[in-house]
Amino acid sequence: MPLKLLSLAILGTLVLNPECGTTPPSTNIVAAPAQNVQPITVNAGPANNYANGLFTSVTICVPGSTSNCQTIDGVLVDTGSSGLRVLSSVLTLTLPQQVANGNPVVECNQFLDGFTWGPVQVADVAMAGERASAIPIQVIGSSGFPAIPDSCSSSGPSENTLDALGANGVLGVGLFLQDCGPACAVSGESNPGLYYTCSASSCQPTVESLGQQLQNPVSRFTTDHNGIIIELPTVSPLGAPSLGGSLVFGIGTQANNALGSAALFTVDVQGNFTTVYQGQSYGGSFLDTGSNGIYFLDSRTTGLALCSDAADFYCPATPQAMSATHRGANGTTGNVAFGVANADTLLANLSLSVFSLLAGPNPGSFDWGLPFFFGRNVFTAIESQSTPMGFGPYWAY
Amino acid sequence: MSGRSGGWNGWGGWDRLAWCISITTLVLLVLPVRTTASLGGDVSSVQTDQVRVKAALMRVTSSDRFTVHEMRAATGTTVREYVSSSGRVFGVAWQGPTLPDLRQVLGTYFDAYVQAAEAAQKKRLGRGPIRIEQSTFVVEQSGHPRAFVGRAYVPQFIPAGISIETIQ
Repeated sequence: MPLKLLSLAILGTLVLNPECGTTPPSTNIVAAPAQNVQPITVNAGPANNYANGLFTSVTICVPGSTSNCQTIDGVLVDTGSSGLRVLSSVLTLTLPQQVANGNPVVECNQFLDGFTWGPVQVADVAMAGERASAIPIQVIGSSGFPAIPDSCSSSGPSENTLDALGANGVLGVGLFLQDCGPACAVSGESNPGLYYTCSASSCQPTVESLGQQLQNPVSRFTTDHNGIIIELPTVSPLGAPSLGGSLVFGIGTQANNALGSAALFTVDVQGNFTTVYQGQSYGGSFLDTGSNGIYFLDSRTTGLALCSDAADFYCPATPQAMSATHRGANGTTGNVAFGVANADTLLANLSLSVFSLLAGPNPGSFDWGLPFFFGRNVFTAIESQSTPMGFGPYWAY
Repeated sequence: MSGRSGGWNGWGGWDRLAWCISITTLVLLVLPVRTTASLGGDVSSVQTDQVRVKAALMRVTSSDRFTVHEMRAATGTTVREYVSSSGRVFGVAWQGPTLPDLRQVLGTYFDAYVQAAEAAQKKRLGRGPIRIEQSTFVVEQSGHPRAFVGRAYVPQFIPAGISIETIQ
């Protein structure tokens, strides 16, 4: 064990010391709390079982009220989705229910690891000094609605409780304006049927206009609504119990959110770009604070051994310094240095929850999860929103 | 063969294999297909069922060892089924903005997949690509909302000499 810790420390020095040849992450400045700055934290979360979970608190109000409000902590900050979802088991407010044709609207939202089922209700959503008025959100796991339809449960396991979700909610602040988008707003067989109207006995898929869908809360702020910056400092490669940072609202709208020298990477219609690794190009790459590691390729291609107890992670004998290149749809390229350490070693210390060197396999592509964000200020520009460097969607860092 | 725009990296695995694919059949059909055989199922018995799987059969590609049925739903989600020469579906792969009906695609393996995925949730360390590996089947999922990619296969049914990388 001590030898492994020494190896991690050496790797940390290698990664952070430019004289050793690998490019260190930028020395980024994390904004102080302000009208457009919301504190965020990497920790084990409300279920106390998360590694590299990025959480914040969100204030939810009955629309138009400043007193009938509730601040919910332990909400996962997710740049991989759009829209706010909170557990019914945590929410104490009674919010207006969205209806269509006289029936309540209930959504079956698909995440990679399961679905959330719950009614669409309307709330004011506030963080720091920003406020989105009367936006649709999802209240996960509410009772009182018909049993989950087969067409929903065929998405996989449910995530309607704290145990299953690992968080009190999900704050989707990604590239898109709504969670589903145009596909759910048209009738016919191209509609994936994520939104339902429910009578007393059954639920049927429904057409859900863009304005009725879950909104990216940032896009509905009155100011600073064109995107966000995730600002997290660097962290010891040995791990840390927690890590504090800032979620900054707006791109180029205040003194604290200028793009500066950040490079801009545009994405395809799915929100993806390309990673070049050892001369091979891998499309379908993306940045995602909602992923808890850097997940890429496979053991044979990377030379990294899989952990014997959990094939979800890499367990190299000694920490490895890696590098790859990001290439946006616009052709912008940028080299990225990162590291991979033995996941079993990292995760063995249960008092730690922040791991910059946690990585695992992802056949055929790169999922640049939370470790990518340590030591970088990463801008997410929302689709159709104007920024000083053009319209979103794009990433910049 | 169709290229893949995201997720699995093209057909690179094919180049590494010593054997050569002879394409004996290439059929382009556009037929509304109400259902299709599931993982582990027998492709020769097409069952009618009420599950809402509405997909157009885009193409069927055959080699001497297996056949690939590719279907694209109106939602934009594509499913490929890999069928051995004895008619058994040994692998399925999908990609698209939303998930396919996994109960349909995974067939008799769906319940076991959900059970295993729920068990994995309880050991929650965080979110990332899914890998469920059981003795009788493997399911892998990757991506994010609006760009899901996944595959599943039954190791025992994979024809001799065919690499797992074929299934994508």
